[in-house]
Amino acid sequence: MIEIQELYKYYGDRRAIGPLSTRIAQGEVVGLLGLNGAGKTTTLRVLACDLLPTSGSVRVAGFDVVERPDEVRAKVGYLPDRPPLYDDMTVREYLSYAARLRNVAPSQVKKRVADVEELTELGEVGQQMIGSLSHGYKQRVGIAQAIVHGPELVVLDEPISGLDPVQIMEMRELVRGLRGAHTVVVSSHILTEISETCDRILVIDDGRIAWSGTEAELSATLKQGMRIALTVRASGASAQASADKARAALAGINGVREVEVLEPAEAGEGIASLRVAVTSDVREAVGQSLVQAGLGILELAREKELESMFLELLGEGPEQSGRKRRKKKQSEADAAAEAAAPSPEPS
Amino acid sequence: MRALIIARRELYAYLRSPLGSAIIAAALLVDGILFYFASLDTKRLSAQLLTQFFYDSSAATMVAGLLLSMRLLAEERQSGTITLLNTAPIRDRDIVIGKFVSAFGVLTLMNLLTVYMPLMVYVRGKVSVGHILVGYLGLILLGAAVTAIGLFASSLARSQVVAVIIGAAVVASMILLWVVARAVNPPFNTFFSGLALHHENYRPFMVGTLQFDRVAYYLMLTYFFLLSATKVLEARRWR
Repeated sequence: MIEIQELYKYYGDRRAIGPLSTRIAQGEVVGLLGLNGAGKTTTLRVLACDLLPTSGSVRVAGFDVVERPDEVRAKVGYLPDRPPLYDDMTVREYLSYAARLRNVAPSQVKKRVADVEELTELGEVGQQMIGSLSHGYKQRVGIAQAIVHGPELVVLDEPISGLDPVQIMEMRELVRGLRGAHTVVVSSHILTEISETCDRILVIDDGRIAWSGTEAELSATLKQGMRIALTVRASGASAQASADKARAALAGINGVREVEVLEPAEAGEGIASLRVAVTSDVREAVGQSLVQAGLGILELAREKELESMFLELLGEGPEQSGRKRRKKKQSEADAAAEAAAPSPEPS
Repeated sequence: MRALIIARRELYAYLRSPLGSAIIAAALLVDGILFYFASLDTKRLSAQLLTQFFYDSSAATMVAGLLLSMRLLAEERQSGTITLLNTAPIRDRDIVIGKFVSAFGVLTLMNLLTVYMPLMVYVRGKVSVGHILVGYLGLILLGAAVTAIGLFASSLARSQVVAVIIGAAVVASMILLWVVARAVNPPFNTFFSGLALHHENYRPFMVGTLQFDRVAYYLMLTYFFLLSATKVLEARRWR
């Protein structure tokens, strides 16, 4: 369905993506995972023909995005991070407009709009002005416009951005509902989100695919396993004493690699927060040891956030990574300034 | 043709928002007041009054054209809705044509609503129908050119205010070319006066003379700025 080869995109002298190569098969639901600025949105915009690549080849359903953009656009539905909605139109008028723009035959427009309203559960607000809708409904309208023409490929950029927990659950259901009828590419910086909805994860870092596979494969790839977030309390003790006590209790557990004391996650006497790096899932053992040591457990959770897993994948600690990343960007900027030459576009 | 789908949506936006109505109402009010004062001069011939009407209306047309076109692309960029158009299977030129047709349509409607004033002159005075028709042709052509300039300015800016400032600067510069023409020697004076947006090119229409080279000038100017707006949209995809 999608073939990307040696894709580069520059904004002026700054490389946003590249070299980026990957393939996505028909019917796959793929998550594009990366930090802000990693190149996710640029990649999706190129797929949707909103931007043209600086170099490289991108083919969607067999059509090149540079040579045959109209054919590609007819086969792609795109929801940008900010849904492209007209506040002065009703939902139904807007969806009809989007359908007509995207080559839906006039005789089919009404039916297609009714179908997507049903799929995205927008029927009850069909006659409402878009400007009066909640953020969650606006996201739904955004998805509805992306699928109203029955595209082969649906590209969703951060579809859960700004949604409340209930809306997030509904949006997940909606994205899952697209499975089968469409190939779907979803971007997010939240690993949980990607793993909940996608068959495969593409980790993107600094404009390149850093890793590709399922969530299970991603966990297995992480040599150092996962991290556990802990918040404990020892009555009558200081925060430092609680942390020391927890550290001592954890020291004897087989599988605990490193214990890091953090700023307490909540205020209160004797409360300490720790991050425990483990080589296997030893959450039960950790809980038992802490209780036996006389500590109350306020929180014990597996950290699945991108911030930790993704950085583990790169073999970097969070602080190291931040410094390295900033240093790298600074050196790139310095180099570009020194060169003061035309964009170093790859051929 | 998908340009018409966009034009329809834009016309709808003008009707729903107070902006379109407010601009038309203000322009008609100004036209009416100027016509009233011009008609108070009883020594003026009816043909002269009609010429004055087309002169005054041209100012209202240019201002209204800029104000109507400032939002066309700048607002889409500001609100992010340009993505809907950019990712639909539609050419950039169709986007530009659709936008142009809507603003030009509203502007032409505005101009046609002033027709009662020339008709009063026709009924009470001695003017030809041809003078009225040619005068309106001039207004419509001038309106098309200014709308195209405004649309081009709107393609450059994200803010409507910036768009209208750029558009006004281009229009003012092109009007003032006749001043430049006076200051330079031949053959450059002919060249500059031939390029002026209003003076040499619009005057024949005001007096009811149809000159095809003036018609061609406005058509080419309109085409040039519509093409420029299209190129701006195309170039933005490569950035």
